[in-house]
Amino acid sequence: MDIQAIITGILLALGCFFIVVSSIGIVRFPDFYSRMHPAGKSDTLGQLLVLSGLMIYEGFSLVSVKLLIIIVFIFIANPTVTHALAKAAYVSGLKPWKKEEGKND
Amino acid sequence: MFEIAAIVIVLGAILVLYRALKGPRVYDRALAVNIIGTKTVILLALIGFIYERPHFLDIALVYALINFIATIAFLKYMETGGLD
Repeated sequence: MDIQAIITGILLALGCFFIVVSSIGIVRFPDFYSRMHPAGKSDTLGQLLVLSGLMIYEGFSLVSVKLLIIIVFIFIANPTVTHALAKAAYVSGLKPWKKEEGKND
Repeated sequence: MFEIAAIVIVLGAILVLYRALKGPRVYDRALAVNIIGTKTVILLALIGFIYERPHFLDIALVYALINFIATIAFLKYMETGGLD
């Protein structure tokens, strides 16, 4: 087992951790605007980690260049989609969630 | 190694599918569908490495583009009521 496979395993495990945590966040958060938070940030980070692990496993070739293109595109596209979703929901009149008055839990 | 990562990502997609089915508003469903699409991109890249066929990366790249365009077009339709 060489050093490349070890680094790939560590990066894949970290990426899977972030992806599962962001999925749990999307299920568990109480409000649409707070659900944007795991969708926009931690999911993008998990995808970056998984694809970088694949790049390190492959070495320098055309495959890793394609993986780099996918990484760059996801890093541009995913926050853009999140921003557009938040703007569309705000324009349509969806109010952000607030803690109810008189309750302190 | 790649198989375990693929199984974990599919489990995450199943969790997000709950939000896509239950989501109280249409924006929750759009968000969940977008997240499942980006997970599919990762899954396609992992499948290409599992079966040692790097052509799956082209499919992953095209799927990322289609996912982005589809979500933006859907949101524009929801926001303005048309695609002109």
